[in-house]
Amino acid sequence: MSFIKSTFRHPRLPVNDLGLTYRDYEGALSTLCAGCGHDSLTAAIIQACHELSIEPHKVAKMSGIGCSSKAPNYFLNKAHGFNSVHGRMPSVTTGANLANQELLYLAMSGDGDSASIGFGQFAHVVRRQLNMVYMVANNGVYGLTKGQLAATADKGVRNKGGDLSLFNDIDLCVTALQLGASFVARSFSGDKQQLVPLIKAAISHKGFAFIDIISPCVTFNNHAGSTRSYDYVHDHVTTGAIADFVPVKTEITSSGDSAECEDVCLHDGSIMRIQKVDEGYDSTNASQAIMDIERHKQDGKILTGLFYLEPTASDYHEINDTNDTPLNQLDQDALCPGSRVLNGINESFR
Amino acid sequence: MKKTDTGNYQHFLKVVDCQQACPAHTPVPEYIRLIAEKRYTDAYLLNWESNVFPGILGRVCDRPCEPACRRGRVEETPVAICRLKRVAADNKEDISAFLPKAPRKKNGKRIALIGAGPASMTVARDLLPLGYDVVMFERDAKAGGMMRSQIPAFRLPEAVLDEELNYIINMGLECHFGEEISSLDKLLQANFDAIFVGTGAPNGRWLKIPGHDQLDEKSEYAQIDTGINWLAKVSFEHLQYDENTPAPKKVVVLGGGNTAMDCCRTAKRLGAEEVTVLVRSSFETMKASPWEKEDAAAEGITILPNYNPLEYKLEQGRLVAVLFEQVESVYDKVGNRTLQATGETLLVECDQVLVAVGQDTAFEWIERDIGISFNQWGRPKVNSHSLQSTLPTVFFGGDAAFGPKNIISAVANGHQVAISIDLFCQNADPIEDRSDTSFNLISQKMGIHEWSYQSGIDHQERNLVPHIAWDEAVKTLTTEVELGFDEQLALAEASRCLNCDVHTVFTESTCIECSACEDVCPMDCINFVEEESEDAQMVKQFRVSELNTEQSLLVSAPLKTGHIMVKDEDVCLHCGLCAERCPTGAWDMKKLLINNINATIK
Ligand SMILES: Cc1cc2nc3c(=O)[nH]c(=O)nc-3n(C[C@H](O)[C@H](O)[C@H](O)COP(=O)(O)OP(=O)(O)OC[C@H]3O[C@@H](n4cnc5c(N)ncnc54)[C@H](O)[C@@H]3O)c2cc1C
Ligand SMILES: Cc1ncc(C[n+]2csc(CCOP(=O)(O)OP(=O)(O)O)c2C)c(N)n1
Ligand code: SF4
Ligand code: SF4
Ligand code: SF4
Ligand SMILES: [Mg+2]
Repeated sequence: MSFIKSTFRHPRLPVNDLGLTYRDYEGALSTLCAGCGHDSLTAAIIQACHELSIEPHKVAKMSGIGCSSKAPNYFLNKAHGFNSVHGRMPSVTTGANLANQELLYLAMSGDGDSASIGFGQFAHVVRRQLNMVYMVANNGVYGLTKGQLAATADKGVRNKGGDLSLFNDIDLCVTALQLGASFVARSFSGDKQQLVPLIKAAISHKGFAFIDIISPCVTFNNHAGSTRSYDYVHDHVTTGAIADFVPVKTEITSSGDSAECEDVCLHDGSIMRIQKVDEGYDSTNASQAIMDIERHKQDGKILTGLFYLEPTASDYHEINDTNDTPLNQLDQDALCPGSRVLNGINESFR
Repeated sequence: MKKTDTGNYQHFLKVVDCQQACPAHTPVPEYIRLIAEKRYTDAYLLNWESNVFPGILGRVCDRPCEPACRRGRVEETPVAICRLKRVAADNKEDISAFLPKAPRKKNGKRIALIGAGPASMTVARDLLPLGYDVVMFERDAKAGGMMRSQIPAFRLPEAVLDEELNYIINMGLECHFGEEISSLDKLLQANFDAIFVGTGAPNGRWLKIPGHDQLDEKSEYAQIDTGINWLAKVSFEHLQYDENTPAPKKVVVLGGGNTAMDCCRTAKRLGAEEVTVLVRSSFETMKASPWEKEDAAAEGITILPNYNPLEYKLEQGRLVAVLFEQVESVYDKVGNRTLQATGETLLVECDQVLVAVGQDTAFEWIERDIGISFNQWGRPKVNSHSLQSTLPTVFFGGDAAFGPKNIISAVANGHQVAISIDLFCQNADPIEDRSDTSFNLISQKMGIHEWSYQSGIDHQERNLVPHIAWDEAVKTLTTEVELGFDEQLALAEASRCLNCDVHTVFTESTCIECSACEDVCPMDCINFVEEESEDAQMVKQFRVSELNTEQSLLVSAPLKTGHIMVKDEDVCLHCGLCAERCPTGAWDMKKLLINNINATIK
């Protein structure tokens, strides 16, 4: 019986700048259904963090409730983490980020967690431009509670139990674009070649980075007629541009200035190299991205890739002009300067 | 990349590296699982079918399987395959009832075997149950060949040898001991339907350096002797040392192979005070097995590598020393070795020299005009599959065919020859009409997370085999040094086997390309890649692209998206996680069953 994964590893596995192999970024062995897209997502996160040589103890994994929200248990078991109440991950992350802005916030949510119960929280964390990577595993259903239709399910589809989706779907990328997210992308758990560079770029980006990741639920939403099944997605997925991630240290040999190739410098100096597939693709135009998404949807296609990127956007701390030193590093005297200072403040309001 | 042919057993057998490396293709993982279940008799019989001498080989086999063992690729040391074989032999029940019997009604064909070494005895074992009359001629008084005459009893007790040889003799083998065949032509007149020559490579090589001719090599107590002559004299008790003929005190052994190791350890047991092995090669490249070098060193024997003998030094007709020059092994670009003298010399005092620098076949008793062709090394020309010589009724095998090798190779040749003789006696062609074997792949799934075998694998170092105290060991010639694993050690060691015969079998049509298997595999074996015209480009897409090119890839046909699944078999643990994670059962863990293992020996 193999409930455990062997600690043997390939003898020729590459190590990163920290001397770690990707196996050092793993978590517990997943208990999700065999073939769940969320496990591929987990593997993509592990690969991205390994390749970026991220120190696991400088990461906080944030999640709500759902199969997708369980996933942080399956990666970076040396990182911090908080598994919050259903739909409340954004506010917990906001609090954590206020207290310590030096951690990398990797958030993992589901379409139920973010588009239903947590939709309000989602909207506000986008508005606030919190510096975090917000990933939604989009399977069109509530997997954990046995497959009820999620608010992201396309109107007119039926779930495995036969329930019809009566209402318009919520597209979380469109919402994020409308509310001012500075990094918005969509990908597919089954396409790591696209997904891993997007996660790396989202991590390198400063500000609110959102990735909606179609992640099939093999158990409750992989039937014929589903628009989130492996087969359907494989057949209908398309992209406007191929985005590749070029790490900071890499010497740039060819400039990305050709007509269909464009380099965008991210906050940390790494580069997003964007190769256009659609002529009209423009990573700097949010409203056009919304239109592209809708147009493809009408054509029965699923548009993926990087939709929008504003590398120099301000984040929550800059907008609020907060203290440079994280709150958790301020000592007692700085945090509680005493009654004389309080009196002074009170005086100023009189 | 070309899709792997999975309609054939070749790919699967190659993955079971130990079995593939064993000349007789013994189903190693299957017998190790039987040991893990304490089914020692079954484990013994499974071995017996393939390698005929499990008790013997469980002690002294050359173990080509162990360097091949996959465990050695993920951990430092391989599974102690050989020692486990002995566990089966030591703990089995009476097996006589399970052995095949020769039918009372014979098929009317008579086969002659020359020599009673492992090669001949295997031919006998395979042919007797088929109804052949098998007649064996052996010049020694007992069967066993070099297993009896050269391999010392402290490594291989006589009782073990007798037991396993008697299983075959008792099947109804007609034995003519003490009968040396001195003319093959004469034997050909005796109207046998086929003759097998398993006479080994009985001639030890001499070193004709200055001083050699001054000593009488013919005398029983010759001061310079070949290692194999001397070992035979010891084992047949022809050497009786006493006050008048005291055992040599200072012994020099020339050579670095297993014969040298047996010579030095035997000399020590006879009472030598100083035993030195001097070899031209470096210590690392000595031919002796690593464990033999270790055991010799543990018994207080000095091994001096990089010394080339120049001259035997005599005083008043008696040997007193050997002069050596120090050399260095220098390798050219293609790996050819030359020895370069460093200019240093060394004089080693001694009263006995044992020359263990090689062995040759001896065929002066085969007339050159009877139709048997010989090659440039004076060995018979044989077909490598059938081992038939240029004279169709005569077959060769073991050391007689290929020069000094080892017991398990002799056994494998014996199986090959038995198939050939059986075909030949039915007027079929031993090459053209050789049939291959059928095979099955049987799912090992018992339930969710449940397999018929121990699939969980983790770090566990090799268990060392217990032995008697080294200072006791050197006191007697016949006390076996190794004690073998007890049950606890055996079970621990058995659990290290990776069950490489339980294969990951892939079905393209059911794969939905979810990548779950690729993600979960602890060893990064599984890749889903885009097809490209150059294989090398495809390898670059692998999770680990630095391949062990000696290992095969399992390549699928194109999947629905056009991608191809390529599994690198190199370091697979056969842990079954891929199959557990696959939502559609596109992977399954299936055990390879080869129905006629002897037919796979090629
Ligand atoms: C010192 C030493 C140690 C070894 N240790 C090992 C070991 O640890 N493990 C291992 O696997 N192998 C070992 N070997 C090698 C192994 O013993 C041989 O490879 C193996 O026995 C070969 O088997 P065979 O049947 O071809 O011939 P042999 O075993 O050599 O048998 C040939 C038989 O033919 C008989 N014979 C020869 N000519 C005639 C004739 N004209 N008429 C009648 N009979 C004849 C001989 O008396 C002999 O009994 C060792 C060899 C030596 C010399
Ligand atoms: C406050 C609250 N309401 C309802 C639930 C029941 N519940 C658990 S998970 C879940 C939906 C999860 O869906 P999603 O976020 O899409 O995750 P998935 O399992 O599909 O990955 C619901 C409704 C809950 N745990 N807490
Ligand atoms: S129920 Fe669906 S979402 Fe949940 S683990 Fe299973 S496949 Fe994944
Ligand atoms: S059995 Fe499957 S999961 Fe386990 S090492 Fe082999 S390929 Fe990987
Ligand atoms: S887990 Fe099964 S279905 Fe998924 S990719 Fe692997 S073989 Fe295909
Ligand atoms: Mg969901």
